[in-house]
Amino acid sequence: MDFDLSDEQKMLAEQARGLLAERTPYDRLRALIDSGADWDEPLWRELAEMGFLGAAIPEAFGGLGMGELDLGVISLELGRANAAVPFFSSIVLAADAIRLAGSEEQKQRYLPRLASGELVGCFATAEGPGPLLGRGLELAGDALTGSKHPVADAGVAGIAVVQCGARLAIVDLEQAQVTRTRLDSFDQLRPHYRLDFAGARAEVMPGENAIEILLDRAAVQAAFEAVGGAEACLEMGRGYVMERQMFGRPLASYQAIKHKLADIAVAIELARSNAYYAGWATGTSQDDLPAAAAAARLTAIKAFELAARENLQVHGGIGYTFEANCHFYYRRERTLSVNLGNRGHWANRLLDAQPGSQGKAA
Amino acid sequence: MDFNDTPAEAAFRAEARSWLAAHAPAHEMPVGIKLEDTDEAARGRAWMRELFDGEWSGLTFPKALGGRGLSGVEAVIFAEEEGKYNLPKGPFTSIGTGMALPVIAKHGTEEQRRTFIEPTLKGEITWCQLFSEPAAGSDLAALRTKAVRADDDSGDWIVNGQKVWSSWAHLTDWGILVVRTDTAVPKHKGLTFFVVDMKTPGIETRPIRQISGMSEFNETFLTDVRIPDANRIGAVGEGWACCMTVLMGERLGSGAHRSGVEPILDLAARTPAEDGATMLDDKAVRLALADALAEEQGERFFQARLRTMVSRGENPGALAGMIKLAYATRQQRVLGLGMELQGLSSIAADPADSFTPDLQYDYIYSTVMRIAGGADEVLRNQIAERVLGMPGEIRMDKDVPFDRLK
Repeated sequence: MDFDLSDEQKMLAEQARGLLAERTPYDRLRALIDSGADWDEPLWRELAEMGFLGAAIPEAFGGLGMGELDLGVISLELGRANAAVPFFSSIVLAADAIRLAGSEEQKQRYLPRLASGELVGCFATAEGPGPLLGRGLELAGDALTGSKHPVADAGVAGIAVVQCGARLAIVDLEQAQVTRTRLDSFDQLRPHYRLDFAGARAEVMPGENAIEILLDRAAVQAAFEAVGGAEACLEMGRGYVMERQMFGRPLASYQAIKHKLADIAVAIELARSNAYYAGWATGTSQDDLPAAAAAARLTAIKAFELAARENLQVHGGIGYTFEANCHFYYRRERTLSVNLGNRGHWANRLLDAQPGSQGKAA
Repeated sequence: MDFNDTPAEAAFRAEARSWLAAHAPAHEMPVGIKLEDTDEAARGRAWMRELFDGEWSGLTFPKALGGRGLSGVEAVIFAEEEGKYNLPKGPFTSIGTGMALPVIAKHGTEEQRRTFIEPTLKGEITWCQLFSEPAAGSDLAALRTKAVRADDDSGDWIVNGQKVWSSWAHLTDWGILVVRTDTAVPKHKGLTFFVVDMKTPGIETRPIRQISGMSEFNETFLTDVRIPDANRIGAVGEGWACCMTVLMGERLGSGAHRSGVEPILDLAARTPAEDGATMLDDKAVRLALADALAEEQGERFFQARLRTMVSRGENPGALAGMIKLAYATRQQRVLGLGMELQGLSSIAADPADSFTPDLQYDYIYSTVMRIAGGADEVLRNQIAERVLGMPGEIRMDKDVPFDRLK
């Protein structure tokens, strides 16, 4: 057993962290919010140049052919920086969906452009409040009618991978039969849209039964992203309480604060360990993927939730200001907690994967 | 990253597995029968002897001292394979190998190593731990049991005081003992470490009546107990360093535990709910069980990361405490849930139900896990200070001679 990132993966993490620290400091995030930007486009171009976007896309389709764990390393750093880029939408969901369900021709047509970042994809599944996998779309031949909302990053996307019942379809968002309406996004660094299709041309992908495995694989990447966000919160909170003096001593010297941060640190290490295993299992041990992805998902969201809330809490009043940096994560955490199905969905996924519990389960 | 065994690890596992298959079944504990503790301890000795004869004891111990000089990873692999059998292992074996031997190996003299190491590995000497006192638990260095030199020329020490929570002290041969030898210096500096023959006159062990109804822990009274200076481990006043060696062994050992969630999952699946459903269909139960299962997996893979660190010669330090902290709190929560999902019958079970009494006992015992081997609060302090680099606690006892402390 060698249960640690490889030296190459650690270098990859360092490289990504260095770039993101330089290009997307918190003041940059504030400026993006103030300008109402859809994304940090220069950063996206740079991530593409560095090869981060195509990291896990096969070489035959213009990527670097690295593994899911490598992708996880990048997801973690993007989560830590809270970067305003459609990596999760375009790479983790849209590109992976096409890789899993697309025809050879569709892969050839879309994956190289997604890997190079010139084309952005998004993933459309929700249809308002309710289950993740909406059922209201009408697909007559290749004509799609109905609405998907909210859809993350649809403003900058050229295509959407649209879930229609059990099938996935690629829809060109530039056609006249598609209307995009920007919604007011709680996560100010990840815009969400409503997509209305009025007989829009859709390319149904031939792959069947791809949705569950797509969501499992995406949950692993989201777990890495959440661990990164939680890490950033812990470091921010720790940095603040070490500086802040109260009643004549550092806030960090109070046991109430120490224990709070210790609990966050434990939650992060459990989540990181599950994410490592799930990242490894995604590529190596497919039978373990559902349980591994669900466990990673549940512990990562738990860690991020705790870290985002308590980071703001230890900051006190200053944490409630736009000038402090807690809010980026406080908002992002909610996006991650719901964007692939809620706690109940993943609880079921984990329990149903336990030996002997099939048939007995709800 | 590779979660699977390396070829060398796989070969070691296969070797361990085949040896265990040939030797372990004869030593397995009978199921469903409560053994007398004397019987259990005797079986423990026999298993230790079997391990020794098969060259499976002292795996991480240096070869020069009678061990096999293997890595921590190999020890973990052996423990995993050994854990598949229901063997007579407990404090009566682990205190010797996990605590007494490391301290004797590190701080003892050649003579002491010769006297104690091999007989302990063979199960001929079993050990108890005489550390905690009624007023010295998490703050162990506050201990008051005192040793003074005998007023003859023997160089012997005369010990008086009281120890508590000494597991199996009534059935073990020797004890590791830390006492105060100097009250005029700050508390950590006035301690000295001994090994003591439990048959020495003046040692009286009394079982503690525990909330579980069991009495595996004792209080041990020491009245004018005479200990030869040859049984002092390390220098006079260096007892705290010895204690740290012992407690490090305890912390590292606390990570590997058996699954706690799966039996409760099975319990939920066989407990009826409304309309022909089972408690495993109950949404609240599902959420709680899934959370616990996910955490348990996290602990397991975190343990694997620490194991990788150990195999590289790195010391996980306070990181190991994270697993113990997570495990103990989760275990209590899950066992409590197990009682809850059964309804009132978890309070008074049908006499034919053999599962529920164990569940009740485990729920009671889960409190021990949160206190022993580093209480939750102590571990949180250690994580905050050593992992996160936060300030230490403000102390009123620092640099104050012990006899001037309140």
